[in-house]
Amino acid sequence: MDINLLQPILTAAFVAAAASLVGSFAILKRMALVGDAMSHVALPGIAIALLLNLNPFLGAIVFLAVAIVGIWFIQYRSNLSIETTVGVFFTASLALGALIAPEHELLEALLGNITDLSWQESLVSIILSIVLIAVILRLRKKLALSMVSSEMAHSIGIKNKRLEFIYLMIFALVVSLGIRFVGALLMGSLVIIPAASAKNIAKSLNSFMGLSVIFGVLAAAAGIYFSSIYNLTPGPIFIIISVAIFIVSLVIRGSRK
Amino acid sequence: MVMKILSVKNLEIEINSVKILEDINFEINKGDVLAIIGPNGAGKTMLLRALLGLENYNGEIKWAPEIKIGYVPQRMDIETDIPLTVREFFYLRDANIDEVKIKEALAFVHLDEKILNSGFGEISVGQRQRVLIAWAVIAKPDVLLFDEPTADVDIVGQKSIYEMLHKLQHDLNLTVILVSHDLNIVYKYSDKVICLNRKKICEGAPNEILNTERLLEIYGGEKAFYHHQH
Repeated sequence: MDINLLQPILTAAFVAAAASLVGSFAILKRMALVGDAMSHVALPGIAIALLLNLNPFLGAIVFLAVAIVGIWFIQYRSNLSIETTVGVFFTASLALGALIAPEHELLEALLGNITDLSWQESLVSIILSIVLIAVILRLRKKLALSMVSSEMAHSIGIKNKRLEFIYLMIFALVVSLGIRFVGALLMGSLVIIPAASAKNIAKSLNSFMGLSVIFGVLAAAAGIYFSSIYNLTPGPIFIIISVAIFIVSLVIRGSRK
Repeated sequence: MVMKILSVKNLEIEINSVKILEDINFEINKGDVLAIIGPNGAGKTMLLRALLGLENYNGEIKWAPEIKIGYVPQRMDIETDIPLTVREFFYLRDANIDEVKIKEALAFVHLDEKILNSGFGEISVGQRQRVLIAWAVIAKPDVLLFDEPTADVDIVGQKSIYEMLHKLQHDLNLTVILVSHDLNIVYKYSDKVICLNRKKICEGAPNEILNTERLLEIYGGEKAFYHHQH
């Protein structure tokens, strides 16, 4: 195997591990589409950063942080459903991003390209992924309980709103990391598909999270590898492999019934 | 000695400037079983949520200091294929949970240990209700809050849940606050009844409260009620 592939494969594997772990809780909470919306919200941030010659990651994270506070705030302060608010943010941001982004950069912002990362960027991505994985693992019991029943979580002293805010922030960071890999259009799938596949098979929380990470990492590594062989954009390949895994998991689920 | 465990004064809850509850006053002593009854939309669940600290309110809700509250929700909107085993559900609670405690709690609610390996979403509603009760009592709370504990359970299951509750209350000297539709159950197991219909309409011992005129007032004259002859 080409040694130059090692860096993007490692980076993608760590980012995918963090994203699938975050995704397993998004599936538990039945907020699968939030990942999609968030990645679209990141687009204008990326576009502005590109215009100003800044690191796109910074632009994405600033926009996402603002969006998270907005989503979180609206959810608790108004009667609008999260789907509605997120839906509004989603299209508005995509439109804005598409207008601002320089045309030749737009495709990359939409579809990602992890092979373009410098080794410093890769290193930062890997370290940040490890930190996010550690935080999620540490919070996993509280998160799961809060998602199963926020009332019961509250009854044993868990601060649901604060926990949700932390979770959304982690989500935003993962999206910012993953956007370089699969792009704004496909980022939602990086978060959701491995976890959705794991849910088809897993009976316990531990196996659910474990399988989700394994599927994410497998698809990421294979995605980079095949895209380099056939000289294609890695993001879409990743998604196609993930969907293949999902279909296999569906078959396994069906065969058990 | 009678120890006051909760006092509620002038409680009022408003949601979008609509008063859901107003002028609610009551007290509970240690070891009491308080039943909250009233028609749908009377604000029973809201009251329970306010007691838990889940709703904003005006007025005063004062628990005795250092009180541990256990809560059993009405029903859980859970997918049947949720990737969570009953055992894991217990371990979500906190780090102090161990197998011995879990098995003790399961014995309390008459569930076989085999259920620990089942999916939390695939067990029956009645079984899940028992698991939730076991989950609430595992940390030895002082007070147990129950929201319609038998809402989706068949009649045989309901009876056994209440008998178990009664036993729990007796053995652990628990204070129980329960919301219920089932007046027969309320009559049989509670020491004190509060009837709600946005306001507190009545309060007292079950045999004083549950007479026909009162019920007509609470339920608007449609609810048939079977009066026990003890």
